Amino acid sequence: MGLLDLFRRTPATANVAKERLRIIVAQERSSRGATDFLPLLRRELLEVIRKYVNVDPEAIQINLEKEGGHEVLELSVALPEKAGG
Amino acid sequence: MTEIIVVTSGKGGVGKTTTSASLACGLARGGKRVAVIDFDIGLRNLDLIMGCERRVVYDFVNVIQGDCSLKQALIKDKRIDSLFVLAASQTRDKDALNLDGVRKVLDDLIADGFDYIVCDSPAGIEKGAHLAMYFADRAIVVVNPEVSSVRDSDRILGLLSSKTHRAEQGNGNIKEHLLLTRYSPRRVTTGEMMSVADVKEILGIEVIGVIPESPDVLSASNAGTPVILNEQSDVASAYEDAVARLQGQTVPLRFVDEPKKGFLARIFGG
Repeated sequence: MGLLDLFRRTPATANVAKERLRIIVAQERSSRGATDFLPLLRRELLEVIRKYVNVDPEAIQINLEKEGGHEVLELSVALPEKAGG
Repeated sequence: MTEIIVVTSGKGGVGKTTTSASLACGLARGGKRVAVIDFDIGLRNLDLIMGCERRVVYDFVNVIQGDCSLKQALIKDKRIDSLFVLAASQTRDKDALNLDGVRKVLDDLIADGFDYIVCDSPAGIEKGAHLAMYFADRAIVVVNPEVSSVRDSDRILGLLSSKTHRAEQGNGNIKEHLLLTRYSPRRVTTGEMMSVADVKEILGIEVIGVIPESPDVLSASNAGTPVILNEQSDVASAYEDAVARLQGQTVPLRFVDEPKKGFLARIFGG
């Protein structure tokens, strides 16, 4: 670093880059692979359920959550109100 | 025994083709038989970097479609006897490459006794990139010490560990290495650029080479001479080291520290 550099010094941002990457990479790694099948699972479940009950495509919610050492697959299906029996 | 090496990155413009050309040259110069294949269908460029663009008659897709034999399509390098280039096709048909076609070409190269097949991947995570990595034994992930490149590299590492033949067959992992390009020790010292150690820590895989930022890379591509052949260049030495490490040698990293400056340089910078 020469004297002249003092007047045109660029800020030291490498640490910021490293921190941001550490967080985003960890986040993306934790969701890697596992969630890939969720949309397909949702579609196939919908098809099966629709054989018996006519549910809305939006009525199925699927969620995968990490809790400590294990993962919980949460599935909720809102059945339509009974129409006329 | 043939080793298939994919040079990949996710992000474009980080130096995949420069790296493929130089590694292939370096391996071939050491006496190995090497084929380097451009997987960037529609955006052929390896031929320019290798300086053989005017000798492309048949390409990768021609071989797959049976328009010519593999031998006819392999372009023999004029500088190194044991080095061959297979150019990408300029077709706009995205489906011109397919898994069976690629498998057949690689099998034929293996049967022909090639020691190394270097697959130059296109950018992105689409079909071309998938096919380039699918049959690989080893992957070189080219990365710039910069946020988007590092993040994309991590994405590619995820694909390497799940969407490849080895991963699908449970046939052992692909050996993965990082190769940093456009590295500026000066900017690392001033805290403007992430260091080798930073990138290695974030991605968690071993570094096979660090290529310093240099105008020599542009001159080499202007001339169509892979930069590893420019004996005067630090870039060439850095690629030579990577070639040695690829073949199992232990070579310390060079060009990662700022060179010591003389008195005048210290006063006036530069």
